[in-house]
Amino acid sequence: MTTVVTENCQRCRFTDCVAVCPVECFHYDDEMLYIDPDVCIDCSACIPECPVQAIFEEDDLAEDQRKWIEINAERAPELPSCSEPMDPLPGADERKAELGF
Amino acid sequence: MSRPGTEQNPLRVAIVGSGPSGFYATEALIKSGLTTRVDMFERLPVPYGLVRSGVAPDHPKLKQAMQVYAKIAESPEFRFFGNVSIGKDLQISELRELYHAVILTCGAESDRRLGIPGEDLKGSHTATEFVGWYNGHPDYRDREFDLSHDTAVIFGQGNVAADVSRILAKTRDELKHTDIAEHALDALDKSNIKHIYVVGRRGPAQAKFTSKELKEFGELADCDPVINPEELILNAQSEAELEEKSSAGNRKVYDLFKGFSEQSASDDKKRRVYFTFLKGPVEILGKDRVEAVKLEKNVLSGDAFGQGARGTGEFTELKTGLVFRSIGYKGVPIEGVPFDDKRGIIPNTDGRVTDINGTIEPGLYTAGWIKRGPSGIIGTNRADSVATIKSLTDDLESNTDSAQKPDDEALVKLLQNKGINYVSFADWKKIDTDEISRGEPKGKPREKYTYVQEMLDIIK
Ligand SMILES: Cc1cc2nc3c(=O)[nH]c(=O)nc-3n(C[C@H](O)[C@H](O)[C@H](O)COP(=O)(O)OP(=O)(O)OC[C@H]3O[C@@H](n4cnc5c(N)ncnc54)[C@H](O)[C@@H]3O)c2cc1C
Ligand code: SF4
Ligand code: SF4
Repeated sequence: MTTVVTENCQRCRFTDCVAVCPVECFHYDDEMLYIDPDVCIDCSACIPECPVQAIFEEDDLAEDQRKWIEINAERAPELPSCSEPMDPLPGADERKAELGF
Repeated sequence: MSRPGTEQNPLRVAIVGSGPSGFYATEALIKSGLTTRVDMFERLPVPYGLVRSGVAPDHPKLKQAMQVYAKIAESPEFRFFGNVSIGKDLQISELRELYHAVILTCGAESDRRLGIPGEDLKGSHTATEFVGWYNGHPDYRDREFDLSHDTAVIFGQGNVAADVSRILAKTRDELKHTDIAEHALDALDKSNIKHIYVVGRRGPAQAKFTSKELKEFGELADCDPVINPEELILNAQSEAELEEKSSAGNRKVYDLFKGFSEQSASDDKKRRVYFTFLKGPVEILGKDRVEAVKLEKNVLSGDAFGQGARGTGEFTELKTGLVFRSIGYKGVPIEGVPFDDKRGIIPNTDGRVTDINGTIEPGLYTAGWIKRGPSGIIGTNRADSVATIKSLTDDLESNTDSAQKPDDEALVKLLQNKGINYVSFADWKKIDTDEISRGEPKGKPREKYTYVQEMLDIIK
């Protein structure tokens, strides 16, 4: 079991999740955040913090979202770590509205 | 003299309590860019607060947070003083002499009371006692729980209640490779408990379990969950609550209840855990010890998200020999620090300690459970401690006081003069290594020492 970031985070990247992660397992690129499954302790602290509900426990992923398990696992370790909240990407608020949140 | 936080005048901070909030406050100070010296005090010889002695032994992944704290402790700015109780061994006034700031991160170590007759009968316990006992906390090492009865009742429907009932429900095989304390594993192995009632004052839509904890009840080796489907019928307000997008968590919990209620419990399994709702405890009955609990049927009233439970005057009794109260924690006052007895916290604004009227006590700060009450999980304390350190560094900027505090040696001398036998982080690492190697032959991640003297003997 692990916890994964999915596509709602794209172009958005509010980093509310990062502030509550007890083990600093978030990593980032220009698009979004990823969780390193080898470091994540599955505490679920980040899940309710995400304003666009982008984070899921593996077991709760819809079938067409399961690809994110591998994407997170592959991307996270090669990217810089994000331990402090960052500014959202430009247009994040619009994107949030677009997603219906 | 320059402001505290510089090479010439390092910011000296004392942190009281070595749980998550203490370590995240340390981390935030170290990352603040100020030159700082952090001394952490812990009343036990061993660090990590509830991550060691609260978080359930069968959730080993969560315990990995300890590795993050051990890394923070490696910082050259940091020192650990275990086995030093603030308010007893050292006074707050003494810390205020030695440090620019004192941060209270001492957690919420006592329980809320139900306030009903019979609460103190033999066989009625707090969840804290049981949790501390199975997790090897020295304060609860010698507690005894009479597991010879066939029924246990737990009041409360949060994650602590889930931990207590799950530990009661598990078999020796399910627990033997965890870091559960040996004495607890042996006692639980002889348990006769077959029926475990988890009783909530409000309804299934308001239960405070997380879905992850609840799901585990469907996966137990020798226990099945049982719910009467009639108890899952919701009123319109509760329906509305679950419809909200922000209620995704509660919805998942409700769906799990639903799933449990639709399955029949397996005859091959010895134990049952019953989730039951809208029942308030009114009395714990018994002559010399607990024999039954008296429950009042409740109804919800009020608007969605503001529904309270109200008694209906209809009562039932449930026979039981063992009761656990898990209705919330509260802090314990520390001599020399204001305390809000009603809320069970240290009064504060944004982490700045205030007196009961809201006047700020300069130099005193707080974070974690003792700052905001016993809500939130390990990670919640990180954001919370960061906020407190932000208040502290803001105050430094607006404050012109540039007093210098005594150097590192002053504290060590004070402790020596008082004859206080403190435990350093290097000492703790010896205990840590020893515990891990004791656990190894049994296939356990560690076998904890459960008496303070045993811990101190390791480092003699
Ligand atoms: C039973 C239980 C299960 C939990 N399960 C989970 C879980 O599964 N996942 C999760 O994320 N969170 C869980 N939590 C919550 C988590 O443990 C808390 O959020 C967190 O530990 C609070 O941190 P804290 O630093 O404020 O307090 P604590 O962890 O309580 O630390 C306070 C420390 O201060 C010390 N102290 C107290 N008084 C003094 C004094 N006078 N002098 C010196 N030291 C003192 C104490 O000994 C203790 O070490 C659980 C909590 C409990 C009770
Ligand atoms: S809070 Fe949600 S949207 Fe924001 S960075 Fe985290 S996962 Fe992405
Ligand atoms: S589940 Fe916990 S450990 Fe994992 S990414 Fe979220 S906050 Fe961090």
